[in-house]
Amino acid sequence: MAYTKRFDGRKFDETRDIKAEVGIIPNADGSAMFAFGDTVAVAAVYGPKIMHPQHSQDPKKGTLRVTYDMLSFSVPERKKPGPSRRSQEISKVTEWALSPVVNLDEFPNTVVDVHIMIFQANASTRCAGINAAAIALAHAGVPMSDLVSSVSVGKMDETIVVDVIKEEEDYEEGEGATDIATAFTSNSGKLTLLQLDGKISPKKLDEAVEKARDACKKIYELQKKTLKEAKE
Amino acid sequence: MISNLTKKRVHDYLLEGKREGRGLLDYREIEIELGVSKNAEGSARVKVGKTEVVAGVKLDVTEPYTDHEDEGTLITTLELLPLSSPRFEAGPPKIEAIEIARIVDREVRESKFIDFKKLCIKKGEKVWGIFLDIFSINDDGNLLDAAGIAAVAALRNAKMPKYDEKEDKVEYGELTNKGMPLNKETPIILTFHKIGNKIFIDPGQEEEKASEGRISFGFLDGNINACQKGNDAPLKLEELSEILETAEKKAEEMTEKIDKAIEKALKARENRK
Amino acid sequence: MSEEREKVIPGEILETGEDWLPGEGTRRDGKNIVASRFGLKEIQNRLVKIIPLSGVYIPRRGNLVIGVVTDINFSGWNMDINAPYTSFLPLAECPRFFNKEDLAEYFDIGDMVVCKVKAVKRKGVDLSLKSIGLGKIEDGMIVYINSNKVPRVIGKEGSMIKIIKDATKCDIVVGQNGVVWIKGKTAENEMLAKETILFITGKSYLSGLTEKVQEFLSKKFGEKK
Repeated sequence: MAYTKRFDGRKFDETRDIKAEVGIIPNADGSAMFAFGDTVAVAAVYGPKIMHPQHSQDPKKGTLRVTYDMLSFSVPERKKPGPSRRSQEISKVTEWALSPVVNLDEFPNTVVDVHIMIFQANASTRCAGINAAAIALAHAGVPMSDLVSSVSVGKMDETIVVDVIKEEEDYEEGEGATDIATAFTSNSGKLTLLQLDGKISPKKLDEAVEKARDACKKIYELQKKTLKEAKE
Repeated sequence: MISNLTKKRVHDYLLEGKREGRGLLDYREIEIELGVSKNAEGSARVKVGKTEVVAGVKLDVTEPYTDHEDEGTLITTLELLPLSSPRFEAGPPKIEAIEIARIVDREVRESKFIDFKKLCIKKGEKVWGIFLDIFSINDDGNLLDAAGIAAVAALRNAKMPKYDEKEDKVEYGELTNKGMPLNKETPIILTFHKIGNKIFIDPGQEEEKASEGRISFGFLDGNINACQKGNDAPLKLEELSEILETAEKKAEEMTEKIDKAIEKALKARENRK
Repeated sequence: MSEEREKVIPGEILETGEDWLPGEGTRRDGKNIVASRFGLKEIQNRLVKIIPLSGVYIPRRGNLVIGVVTDINFSGWNMDINAPYTSFLPLAECPRFFNKEDLAEYFDIGDMVVCKVKAVKRKGVDLSLKSIGLGKIEDGMIVYINSNKVPRVIGKEGSMIKIIKDATKCDIVVGQNGVVWIKGKTAENEMLAKETILFITGKSYLSGLTEKVQEFLSKKFGEKK
């Protein structure tokens, strides 16, 4: 049973409707929302500011610190508020996905806090979070060499699809579903996030990452437009 | 950190009854949006000026408490997210968050806003359990009152999910048309702040820090269902009398204002569908 | 400030060719001049640079700043000047004799002080009071704005701030760190000055800002009558 038609009728290489908005949290130095259809992420940036406690300070350069979490009611079965093993891992890989473009050499002993909150979840939440965070970091005036754009790709049985939804994550026919999260530096196209679970051949994975890179170009265009149209 | 100067300035101006763009007993504009998360049974985003909170309702089938065998249950939580202000840190809720959640919980419960008996499925065995979770999104003062509004709006927005009794499973994502069993009257929380001999409501961030004392009331239909005197400044009995007199009038006005905002949001929600 | 400047984002190619020179907020990448931060693109002859719209205050030697005392030790005051660096005002940088025994008598924790940036070192910022018009703020109102908007509030050769001062009859000191001190005769005047400053910082970078501000002020005075 090949996966010939997507559950929501999209083309295989098509993302859901993507939306972005900048400057949504007045207290933050920079903030943004990014949505893949029903998956909505909000990011707020504070800093650079002096790092406390002092023993965590890096005298060579500033530190990027990401926290990712979900609103308890963003998922069908209530998530207990507060960090989990899952959210802590995602926080870390998000940090790794963003830090290659963030330049904090000028700010020794400081920290830039990026807080990501998922408001509504239908898969690909870490990717939406990374896209929102990249816009928010730029909006906050943090020195950056590039933006980061992120998307999930999946392998449904033998078929590669872009921007996976929950129903697809749960696909069980044939080889079942392989869910792959990716992120790239937006212009130079270097990989900054790669995670997967499922079953896939190395060759097929290479193909999937290519497709993800293509999809990220469209995501970057939206990130760019959103920042250019910012009301400050 | 608030400087001595700003504290003094805000203090002096409030004493003179002067406030930026409004009077001592004027509330900022209230904006409500419903259904902010599709995965919640009910949800609301509330803005009071630049202060913003979201609240969500999740329902589950659970066992009743042994002393209330035929009543549904309610758990209210609030998190002051680091995303919403540089003064909030990550980690388990601190006393400020716990206090707000407790006051909102008391008002919702004691005002009999929810008819818990109607949330009983099988006496002594199965009842609906309500999780009411509130999060701060931007703090510009008066999160407590805003949390109260968001809680009520989210409950009004909520629809009961489908429950498969045979399988004993809640089918999330499939909401019925049935709303929650709620009182027609709206409970509200109204907090009064004191500076010298002046009282004021709905403080901004700087005003909240300069406040010498606060007292919060939960009101429904002219009666007080919950109250909390906060901060360590004592209150003279004459001051309490004055606040109560003002509170009665102001509560009526605010209930009307909040009702209207919820009505408007419900209509906007209908039109979007 | 006549033309509308284009907003650019990190990683964006600003100009291509060996003739261009990378200025502040940009870098050379092969033939291209690329943006290293979010802001407004500006070209001065062959120099391509970015005017920041957001971001923290970066202290420079000689800057006039307004800070708040966060701690006191035996040799001076720790200050918060809204910058991501520790800042210190040493007793030795005070122009008159201070009794070392009780520094809190001069500046207590939470007090606001107008200072000058004496030196910016890797480990922090040294402040000084050795200049005219520096010292503790005793009265008035403080407004916080983004430090990148300070030039806009001051205007060309101080033209904008003069308009606000004249209209509101307030004394206004704009710290380069985005902390603004307003002192007027009445609360209303101070609040109007604050409102005007926030009006300026809230507008996007538009031409004819001076006219817009004058319009704003005359409208405000119209309301009062």
